[in-house]
Formats: sequence, structure tokens, C-alpha cells
Amino acid sequence: MKRKKILFAAIAAIALVTGGIIYAADHIDAPSVTNQTTDITDLYVFQGANTDNMVFVANTQGLLTPATTGAAKFDENTLIEFNIDNNNDNIEDLVIQCKYDAASNMMKVYGPIAPSVTGTRSKIEGTATASVKVTPYGASAPIVATKNGISVFAGPRDDPFFFDLDQFHAILAGTAEGFRNPGVDAFAGTNVMSVVVEVPKVALGGSGKINVWLETKKKV
Amino acid sequence: MKTTIKLLTLLITGSMIFTACKDKNPGNGPTVYYEQQDQMARPAINTVFNANATDKEAFNVTVPSAMGAAFQSKFQARLLALNSAYTTNALTLDAKAFTTLLATDVLNVSTTGKTTFFDGTNVLTGRALNDDVIDVELLLIFGGPTGTGNPGLTSDHVNANDVAFSTTFPYLATPH
Repeated sequence: MKRKKILFAAIAAIALVTGGIIYAADHIDAPSVTNQTTDITDLYVFQGANTDNMVFVANTQGLLTPATTGAAKFDENTLIEFNIDNNNDNIEDLVIQCKYDAASNMMKVYGPIAPSVTGTRSKIEGTATASVKVTPYGASAPIVATKNGISVFAGPRDDPFFFDLDQFHAILAGTAEGFRNPGVDAFAGTNVMSVVVEVPKVALGGSGKINVWLETKKKV
Repeated sequence: MKTTIKLLTLLITGSMIFTACKDKNPGNGPTVYYEQQDQMARPAINTVFNANATDKEAFNVTVPSAMGAAFQSKFQARLLALNSAYTTNALTLDAKAFTTLLATDVLNVSTTGKTTFFDGTNVLTGRALNDDVIDVELLLIFGGPTGTGNPGLTSDHVNANDVAFSTTFPYLATPH
């Protein structure tokens, strides 16, 4: 009991330091990306229904309600980039770049390709390997395109993240001692702007293991 | 008058250069660059382990190969502040080893087998849509060496998404 009390005191102290502001997976994680098209909410990487393929999911612009989703758009000036390290040095050996083109309302995919330069500043690498029309909000079925063995989707989707964020806030604020059972999913009923790219595993290199991270970059 | 001629010459030269540029590179302007704004790999790392806005902003623009040196000690302090009784966790990682793993924020993915954050057997081989990543992280932060410590804090009791996922591309569910 005493240990528990000390733990909660520590948590409460942290809540004071941070003002109790703790967000979610990566939704609104820092002031400069909050409410921007560059705000990443989540990254997922998993084996496809065809187990020879790997699926990369980039979710951005979180906490969209049914009322606000229709107006949400991809941004021509934002580059969404999956980074793939296939020799375990945490430096990208390959990138998959996704860039929206407003004139054609298409999401264009570049790569997987070895980038000409690594790090925090990028340029579009090579020519588009696949592209897809953005699925509008309210569409009965997702628009999917496949080219060069690469499948791509872009548009609003249900936010797949689930977490009782409100109770976590209450615990950190010292107003609750633990989670509720059952909990309440703070992300139920909300949407994100998703880009999903499925590529053949043979295009990823490596010897059984890769490291992946997701970046958003803004046109300079 | 002299000034007028100079100006005229400048104008003509300027427009000639401009025309020349246009002719040499039809529809091909200078290279466009994109500068990093946000990044993530494992869920809830920046949001939980960086305690202030300055560190959160810096984390978003630090390349993963430099993250360990820049953030491990801060993450360790944060972990011990969240759970002052932390010794090791279910992965047998002490505070330094656990925060060393977390501070380099990359998602480890297997290209040869099951892809999951944790499924009881496989650990950190990807992230599937239905993985309960928050419970995994809560367990590793609060659950102690056997995962049985602080039972009120090791699961949020939200165990699945509010709608079902699709088994076919693009896998994510239709928006609400």
C-alpha cells in the first residue's frame, strides 16, 4: 500500500511538471505539428494477406469526427515517408515516399528506393512507382490501385488506435488510482487520413529483420 | 538618359536570361526539398517519455541513429518518475536497458514470420492493427519482473478497436 502511494505521488508530481498533458500514440505529440497535415498519429507495419508482401500504414491528422472528416485533405506540401533500415544501423537504406498531387487528386508513391541523401531533409526519389485516386469521404468502397506489384490506398479511415486515454489522464492527474474495467476507448468513432502501401517483401532487402520509422516532411 | 539605357539593357538582359532558363528547363524548376516535421515508430514513445515540449519537438527531428545518445538518460529519469519502484520488467530489462531500447525509436519488423508488437510468443516483430500496444507498454512500465505488479495500471481494459478490420487491402475500416 505504501509503495502504491509513493508511486501515485510520483505520477502526480509528473502531471504537475507536464501540466498533465499527455497525448496518445503520436496524435498531437508536439506543438509545431498539432492540427497540421504533418501530424502523424500512428505507424503500422505487418505482413499482408499475401504473406509475400509487407503492409505499411501511415495515419495522419487524427481525432477527425464524422462532421470534420469530409473537409480533411492531404497536402501537396507534405511528404509522408516510410524509412527502412535493412542492416540494423538505424539509418535508412530505403524509403517509400507518398506525395499528394492536388491537380489530379492522386496520392503518388515513390520507391522502395535507396535515397540519394539520408536524414531530415529529402527530395522526391525517382519516378512514381504507383499512384491512386484519393478515396472521398462517404465512398461505399475504398479506391485501390496496384502497379509494379505495389498496392496503394489513400483517404479517410477509422482510427485503428484504441486506448482509454481519459482515464490515463485522470491517473496522471492523481484523480484516479487505476484504469476502469471495462475501459472507454477515447478514439472510438474518430477518423484519420490514411495512406496504405503494400509491397513485395523482396523489395525490402535485409536478412529477415528490418527497422522502420515514419516521417512527415514539409516543402521548404 | 544614360540611366534609362542602363535600365533598358538590364531589362533586356534579364528577360533574355529568363527566357533562356525557361527554354533549357521546360517545366523543370529547381529541386524541391522537404524538411522533417514529425516522426514516430513505436506507439506513444514521444508522448509518454519526453516530458516537455522542447524535448518532444527535438525528438521529432532527431535521426534514429542519434536518438540513443540524446534521449536515453532522459527516458530513464522519466521511467523512474512514472514508476519509482521499477527494477526490471517482463522482458528482464533493467531501467537502463529498457530505456536504451525505447530511446532509439524504430519499429523492429520481421520479414520472415509473424508481425506483431507482442502476441504472447513473438516480441517486437512488427505492429498489426489489432495489437493491444498500450497494454504491452503499460505492462512493461508498471508490471515489474513478472508482469503482475500494479495490476490497476497494467491494462486499460480496452482490448480491441471499436470496429472490425478488413482481411483484405487496405485492411483499415471504413470511416465513421
